[in-house]
Amino acid sequence: MNDTASYLSIKDIHLHFGGIRAIQGVGFDVRKSEVFSIIGPNGAGKTSMINVISGFYRPTQGQIQFDGVDRTHYRPEQVARLGFARTFQNIALFRGMSTLDNIMTGRLLKMKQNFLSNAFYLGRSQREEMEHREYVEHIIDFLEIQAIRKIPVGRLPYGLQKRVELARAIAMEPKVLLLDEPMAGMNLEEKEDMARFILDVNDEWGTTMLLIEHDMSVVMDLSDKVMVMDYGEKIAQGTPDEVRVDPVVIRAYLGDT
Amino acid sequence: MWDPLLFVEVLIGGLLSGIMYSIVALGFVLIFKASGVFNFAQGALVLFAALTFVLMLEVTGDFWNWTGGLSIGFAGLAGLLFLLNRKLLLNDANRFLNIKVLAFSAAILVAIVLAIFIQGGHNMWRGVFIALLLFLGLTVGIRKPNAAAAVLLGVAIIALFAGEINFWRSLVLTLVVMIVLGIAIEAVVLRPLVNQEPIILFMATIGLNFVIEGMAQGVWDADVHGLDIGIEDIPFEVAGVYISQFDIFVAVAAALMVGTIAIFFNKTRIGRALRAVADDHQAAMSVGIPLKNIWAIVWAASGIVALFAGLMWGSKLGVQFSLALLAFKALPVLILGGFTSIPGAIVGGLIVGATEKIFEVFVGIPYLGGGTENWSPYMLALIFLLFRPQGLFGERIIERV
Repeated sequence: MNDTASYLSIKDIHLHFGGIRAIQGVGFDVRKSEVFSIIGPNGAGKTSMINVISGFYRPTQGQIQFDGVDRTHYRPEQVARLGFARTFQNIALFRGMSTLDNIMTGRLLKMKQNFLSNAFYLGRSQREEMEHREYVEHIIDFLEIQAIRKIPVGRLPYGLQKRVELARAIAMEPKVLLLDEPMAGMNLEEKEDMARFILDVNDEWGTTMLLIEHDMSVVMDLSDKVMVMDYGEKIAQGTPDEVRVDPVVIRAYLGDT
Repeated sequence: MWDPLLFVEVLIGGLLSGIMYSIVALGFVLIFKASGVFNFAQGALVLFAALTFVLMLEVTGDFWNWTGGLSIGFAGLAGLLFLLNRKLLLNDANRFLNIKVLAFSAAILVAIVLAIFIQGGHNMWRGVFIALLLFLGLTVGIRKPNAAAAVLLGVAIIALFAGEINFWRSLVLTLVVMIVLGIAIEAVVLRPLVNQEPIILFMATIGLNFVIEGMAQGVWDADVHGLDIGIEDIPFEVAGVYISQFDIFVAVAAALMVGTIAIFFNKTRIGRALRAVADDHQAAMSVGIPLKNIWAIVWAASGIVALFAGLMWGSKLGVQFSLALLAFKALPVLILGGFTSIPGAIVGGLIVGATEKIFEVFVGIPYLGGGTENWSPYMLALIFLLFRPQGLFGERIIERV
């Protein structure tokens, strides 16, 4: 597969809930190892789009192709198995588990052992556990969360919870990482940290990123490409510099002036 | 009239009978942990399991010849499912094939039902019920053909070769019935209600409770059946204290079962997935855990626990409808131990068993005219609720404001 071809291609997605049209005919292409951002005002359909791509919502119409495979109707666990990982706008962590255990759940799909092998080949399954544990420790170092390893995540401050969620997603060794407002509700310093981590992950593993943000300024430095949505429709797409000066985008954000 | 020897004897007896409560409570905890559903029908499941087992033991002659044929059918189906799975991938994109397989299994069912009617001499509802179970088993099997094939093959082999050992044959068949029933309840009753309020799910299980009780009565009968699992209830003496042999057996068996469950939950990949689902559904889906499979596993597990409880209680009290009321005795246990904790269910059961017996012997009989066992556990639970509403091992709920 050459670098310029479309890796993840979204074609003409419609999503209706009864009479509400959350997404109306949006399509775009993401290339491998690209950081692609979707921005737009509140209620533009950005989160709906990520829910469609991660299989949580079923599109009413349209197609999703990944690496040449049609995966439009895959369920969340099947999407995950294809190599998609995601984070949530309002954080979905296993609150009763420690940071380490949370990140370990990201390795579940990579584990081979089952109940019987656990019972009879203790050595082998222990070795497997150790390998996964090593990988997770590497991620913990990478995201600088060593200090909170053993703490139940329910007790962590918001910014750190977001970071643990990112760590769990990276632990899945995803091909595509879907980030739903990773910087929402953070202060400037936390935002800068998060932006750095996103770029580092992209550099280190070449992970394709699909990023959703409400705040336009943060994504501009991160993204290779930006798409703008408003009222469930795509209103612009291009490089950050192109989008920044697009009069349609300015109108959507600031209203008619 | 303080007698330390009597106290020890009552205490040990109470603790051991508390284990009986624990194994009922365990079924509740399993489901509540993983899906947040308080399964009111657990008591009915216990009754159903005990009845099924007893009647499989009692039925002889024709029925077993017929099951001989059935086991060959099972083996055939197992092979068929396996072949289907090798040749063709069954998924959503291939719906046409699913319909074909469904139609095919329906045809087999019709054949089986006809066979039952032609055989004659048996309860019609029993035949319909078995057919229904088979049908549900098959539809489940279509989703997981390899696993279903393995199970069917196992049952076929056991049904054929267990020969005269009715006990084991009945046990295995009942086990399969309970697993299928558990998975079917999840698929038919609870899955359509996913994302509803807990109270709605609770109401659904109340309905389910009566359906299962009624079904048990319709399919089998309402008589009291004796159940002998080969352990005599003869007390033996240790240092002047009499201990029931049967209770010791129950305790050991329960310990084995709890140990297995604990290892399953804490040491296996599926166990980790179970804990993840118990904690947060959305997050679990996002890391690639198939919720439906996990819930099916949990319901199957609670079916197995119900069978265990049914066997133990059934051989103690006889298999009868009051077994379904055990669910109420499990309530104080759950309140003491916490609804989400397996060790809590064990400790809660021990406390309830010990206190109700001690209270009865030392307070109830001398001062209150006896019969306090019926209400003292609830009193204990009520007092407990005032001081520690989340239970001994329950998760403390701290809301951030």
